[in-house]
Amino acid sequence: MTRFRYLSLAFTNLRRHRLRALIGVAGIAFGVAAMLAILAVVHGAIGMFERILNTDSDYLVFERKVSDLFFSSVTPAQLASVRARPEVAEAHPMLFGIVSAEDRPVVTCFGIEAADPRLHRAHWLSGSPERFGQKAGEIFLGSRAAEFLEARAGDTIEIGRGEFMVGGVFRTENGFEDGGVFMPLNEAQEFFHREDTASIVAVKLLDAASGGEFKAALEAAEPGVMALENREFSRSYNSFKILHVTAWAVGLCAFVLGGLGVANTMLLSVFGRIRELAVLRVCGFSAGQVAALVLAESLVLATAGLALGALLGGTVLAVLARLPDLQGYMAARLTAPVAAGVVATAFVTALAGALYPAWHASRIQPAEALRYE
Amino acid sequence: MNNPLSPADGRGAPLAVAREVWKSYDRGRVEVLRGASLAVRAGELVALWGSSGSGKSTLLHLLGGLDTPDRGELQVCGLDPRDERARLELRRRHLGFVFQLHNLVPDLTVEENIRLPALALGAGVDEMAARVRVLADRVGLADRLRHRAQDLSGGERQRVAICRALMNSPRLILADEPTGSLDESTGEKVFALLRELARAERAAVLLCTHERRFAEACDRLLRVRAGRVEEV
Repeated sequence: MTRFRYLSLAFTNLRRHRLRALIGVAGIAFGVAAMLAILAVVHGAIGMFERILNTDSDYLVFERKVSDLFFSSVTPAQLASVRARPEVAEAHPMLFGIVSAEDRPVVTCFGIEAADPRLHRAHWLSGSPERFGQKAGEIFLGSRAAEFLEARAGDTIEIGRGEFMVGGVFRTENGFEDGGVFMPLNEAQEFFHREDTASIVAVKLLDAASGGEFKAALEAAEPGVMALENREFSRSYNSFKILHVTAWAVGLCAFVLGGLGVANTMLLSVFGRIRELAVLRVCGFSAGQVAALVLAESLVLATAGLALGALLGGTVLAVLARLPDLQGYMAARLTAPVAAGVVATAFVTALAGALYPAWHASRIQPAEALRYE
Repeated sequence: MNNPLSPADGRGAPLAVAREVWKSYDRGRVEVLRGASLAVRAGELVALWGSSGSGKSTLLHLLGGLDTPDRGELQVCGLDPRDERARLELRRRHLGFVFQLHNLVPDLTVEENIRLPALALGAGVDEMAARVRVLADRVGLADRLRHRAQDLSGGERQRVAICRALMNSPRLILADEPTGSLDESTGEKVFALLRELARAERAAVLLCTHERRFAEACDRLLRVRAGRVEEV
């Protein structure tokens, strides 16, 4: 390894120009922090939505060729067909709707049946799952929704264009559910003018291994719907894909800015020490060694930027999770592929930013650089 | 006047040879060397003397592979400095450079500056440290190894530059006006040190200078005039 010992000069050079190095580190750090925060939040949000759909289920059934589940309509006949399949243990329809309330432009509504397992799994603060759907005009609130709507069991509140009595309040771990309004399915269908349809049907199979058989049989019998295994659904759902792409695109933009910062830092570094690099050449450094030195400096910047960015991103996520307005909605999730992607992007960006400066440094002609001494 | 390529005493094969070397700048408009020739033998101290702009530094740079001639033949330590690979090999193993303005890296310490050539070569840490100590001790800078180059006086900086030139035990030192920016007394000390260390290390020295007193103190004196070299 002695032949690479000259790279220790990279640390020396950065130490000598601390402010310049810090600017480069900050560029990468902000890129890392932005990317981590954006991706973690988006993945967390996707995860929460996935868990709403996947609660105690193996398959999701929804209308074929719809761009978004909010526009999906599964008819009563199709629901009956699902329930009639011998592979099916349980099938729970759910209708999604968006309404507004005072001071809240967007409130998610869930139309579900009284037997839906999420009601029984929730921690009830007032009321009980047995009461769900027993009385017309009654809605049930997630604890976060009860908080921002300032409602308690027994209150009458205005949701959208209707007035409803709050039948109970429960807490769930899922931020979207906890901030949602739950209505009996038939009331939600009427409220949202969806006739008798549901957005999706969450299906639990008697035997998870019979999924293929279930899917094929159902789609043959009901060509208007499709059944997707939960994981497959997560991979193929357009809205998730758009969110993924958007998050990566925004994160990459942040990195491009960071990369320009590194390029600027390294260019300044090279142009500011042309004579010094010429001296290195005179001392026996090859053009490759000089270029490697510049690239090594940018890699050190990237490593420091990664560490600082991870710290910064983690802090931002922790702060966001504690903001009263976002409580329950922030379930940041950092997956290994995301972490690997951020690390790779940081290094690729730093290297790309240092390529031209390194090339320039490697082409310095010692005699020319030292001539005007 | 003797031929600078064929010293009268006829001692061994030359270490560095330039034959009929031509060099111009500004697209041929400024002709600096016009068929310059010289030879330097192992272990000798040769002065390349001449007025400013006579072309002595240019000839030194060509021999050191820092620049390339328009035409002519160069041979240094058996290698052709016009070839990129040979140039690198020469700078790493066979040549040491001392410049008028020392050209140290100001923010690096004395030790870090001296060991730069060894870093390029991939020398071991202990080996480098030992060599730096020996050289610094010889020039009286052993207690200043941790000081930054920018905190040294002109004479001290030039002593560091001499140590750096000798770090990889080169066979030839190319010194371009090493006393040019020093006062008379310091200049004499630096010249004496260069001569003494080169002898101790058995390295030849080709010294560019415009000062007659240093030129005359060398083993041989070559005068550069009108782009050509003549033995005085």
